[in-house]
Amino acid sequence: MNNPSRSVTILLALGVIALAVFPRFGESFYVDLVVRMMILGIFAMSLDLLIGFTGLISFGHAAFFGLSGYLLAISTPETGPVSIWLALPLCLLGSALAALVIGWFSVRTSGIYFIMITLAFAQMLFYFFNDNTALGGSDGLFIYFKPGVSVGGVTLLNLDNVNTLYYVVLASLIGAYALLRVILRSPFGRVIQGIRANEARTRALGFATFRYKLVSFVIAGTLAGFAGFLQGVHGGIMSPAYLGWHESGTVLMMVILGGIGTLYGAVLGAFAMVFLQDWFQELTEHWLLLMGGFVIAVVLFLPNGIAGLPHQIGALFTRRTARPPPERHGE
Amino acid sequence: MSDAILVTDDLSKSFGALAAVSNVSLCFGRGLVHAIIGPNGAGKTTLINMLSGDLAPSGGKIRFKDRDITGLPPDRVSQAGVGRSYQKTNIFPRLTCFENCWLAAQSREHTSMRFFRPAHKLFAVRQRSERALAACGLEQRAASVAATMSYGEQRQLEIGMMLATEPELLLLDEPLAGMGSDESLQVIELLRRLAQEHTLILIEHDMDAVFSIADRITVMVNGEVLETGPVEQIRTSTAVREAYLGEEDDAP
Amino acid sequence: MILMTFLIQLLNSVQYGFLLFLVASGLTLIFGIMGIINLAHGAFYMLGAYLVYWLTGITDNLLYAVLLGLPIMLAIGFFIERFAISFLYRRDHLYQVLLTYGLILVLNEVQKILWGTDYHSVPIPEILGGSLPLTENQVYPVYRLFISLVCLAVAAGLYVLIGRTRLGMMIRAGSVNREMVEALGINVRRLFTVLFSLGAALAGFAGMVDAPVSSVYPGMGDQILIVSFVVVVIGGIGSVKGAFIGAMLVGLADTFGEVLLPDVASVMVYATMTVVLIWRPRGLFGRA
Repeated sequence: MNNPSRSVTILLALGVIALAVFPRFGESFYVDLVVRMMILGIFAMSLDLLIGFTGLISFGHAAFFGLSGYLLAISTPETGPVSIWLALPLCLLGSALAALVIGWFSVRTSGIYFIMITLAFAQMLFYFFNDNTALGGSDGLFIYFKPGVSVGGVTLLNLDNVNTLYYVVLASLIGAYALLRVILRSPFGRVIQGIRANEARTRALGFATFRYKLVSFVIAGTLAGFAGFLQGVHGGIMSPAYLGWHESGTVLMMVILGGIGTLYGAVLGAFAMVFLQDWFQELTEHWLLLMGGFVIAVVLFLPNGIAGLPHQIGALFTRRTARPPPERHGE
Repeated sequence: MSDAILVTDDLSKSFGALAAVSNVSLCFGRGLVHAIIGPNGAGKTTLINMLSGDLAPSGGKIRFKDRDITGLPPDRVSQAGVGRSYQKTNIFPRLTCFENCWLAAQSREHTSMRFFRPAHKLFAVRQRSERALAACGLEQRAASVAATMSYGEQRQLEIGMMLATEPELLLLDEPLAGMGSDESLQVIELLRRLAQEHTLILIEHDMDAVFSIADRITVMVNGEVLETGPVEQIRTSTAVREAYLGEEDDAP
Repeated sequence: MILMTFLIQLLNSVQYGFLLFLVASGLTLIFGIMGIINLAHGAFYMLGAYLVYWLTGITDNLLYAVLLGLPIMLAIGFFIERFAISFLYRRDHLYQVLLTYGLILVLNEVQKILWGTDYHSVPIPEILGGSLPLTENQVYPVYRLFISLVCLAVAAGLYVLIGRTRLGMMIRAGSVNREMVEALGINVRRLFTVLFSLGAALAGFAGMVDAPVSSVYPGMGDQILIVSFVVVVIGGIGSVKGAFIGAMLVGLADTFGEVLLPDVASVMVYATMTVVLIWRPRGLFGRA
């Protein structure tokens, strides 16, 4: 996947500007909503690295998201805030380690086995937290204080301030996007994209594909952990649901909805899904019915996601065939 | 054989009860062009798959330049200096020719686990890619997306990618498959050029091509080696004629 | 005494294993032959349970409920295959996962709309309501033995179907080489529809038979789905024999895990899967 076109870059830049000025005009409820969207945008981008650029379809990505949140919850005492210089590295390291272990077992499989084994490992972690009363059980844990960001007694950032948190999350979103773009442009990025396009050929060219897939898995897991950390900071609680397969399914949906393999599509998908969830929930208590129907409709009619919409609409006008959705890879 | 680059010792491969390849012991001389011929189902592709690491042998050994490469995975075999092109075109269709060769060329870097520097700045890789493209005759098409090229050009790219990995030994599985006579002549010329600096082992059905460029021929039937030796020996061998060449329409 | 506890747990494992086998066999066949990952398979189990709850409410007879429920399950499987699954045949696994995930959401919510969120119970028929004395103090519910026997009968029926009938031959051929089956002129579309409906009915039947024991509640499909996946992965995709052995292994791991190591019980099943996959990355009987 090449870098986005000029027009897309301009649109993205406009989007960033819009996000930057939004707190001026938006009510605090909506500011809060956008923070949620941005955090999930980071989470979704990390999954897109796996699906859209390495060709690994993980159905257990929420494991790293939730695990990191729990590490924050566990490290925050009831009496006062934990230092971010302790909590953040702990969360990142925890997710990275988990991704290394889970990845080592999972990446040796492929196709359907990979999907199922990632799902199973996420379930393992889910039950580990869910069944453990010491870790809050099914109710979860409170994060009593947001992490303190200070150096030498001087407070740098006050994360309790809604606006401050907003800009920290926005900066994180931009930073995550930039980091992923850099990685995708690197020699490593070329290899994983080769793996996605044709793993056997990439291997035959001399690349130890297992290692590259594993590293990609760890990077994606760590970034998901970063999103989980932010989620814990923002939400103030952590429950097993954040590790559950519905969470994994939702973030998967975000990536598809936005358009696989574009990175910014994942962010768009996250924004759209959060918006839709809220809207559906207002419409009816049986909003899951609408959500399920929506998911089915997207799969059937919008395989390239929102990012692919211009192609599909353009194809309608010029009667070219739209870029086909990813075909079944050889197994 | 005085200077053998690849030696197989009693190589065999069975799939359950089916013995695809049995007791193949061959010597491939350095710098020569070796052709493997035989009817369909003779085990030629299975043999090449074992040489390239795509299949693990059921028995026997493979030595490449005095190194035991039996059962090594394809990436290790490639790193050892063995290049492979496939019968069914196996390129990256959505990338350009240049990008296709690029990935192949990048494999020769010390490591690709580098995350921060843009890939396109790797000068050595660029040089290798350009050389490979030139060698396979696709310089003009460097910026063309592979999927948009003609079948013949795609086969050339297949070879180009292999060359970008700077192998010593080239394993070519039916490089002329599905080509018209003009395209075939071009590829035969290419192979002749490559033979000056590489060792070639190729599977081919096109007998004209085989007899025009090969130095040695191995005939396989039913998974075993019927006969192996210099071109003239095979051309005049009655056993080979009966078993194989006699059934071909284009026997020389 | 310990021997008796062991025996009871063994019986429980086998019973659970049989139920898992019913659900997993459909899942593995659907994947092995049709190439479809069907996340909604657990929903069929749930639908079977709810159907039997509803029908025993009407007919007051478990047997009638099952007999009426089975054709309904077949029909549900048929419709879902025709109007949703058939669009997935050539698509990437990713889209199958998502579409069937969407199906789960829809089916779960439909269940809530029709039958609410309470736990319901299904009465055990009187003739099967007793307990079998094992020793002076220990008894074992007759109904649980009945479940095992019924599942064993169904398993035997599956064995005959796959090994001895023409349909079974097509199934076996299809699981090895789908294209060849098409080339031989067999109507693959119809085969797929039959297969999917059969799988749905099997899972539904498991739900029906298990309902009196496990009660009927929202989300029951999700739980058994994941465990069935583990069974399929352990056994190897496409292998009914593997599904059987995998189901028994999981039944044992889960049941004995609950008894011996209750704190980490839920993890036992996944630990078993991990061990198997280290040894055999494609499952016990999966094709390399």
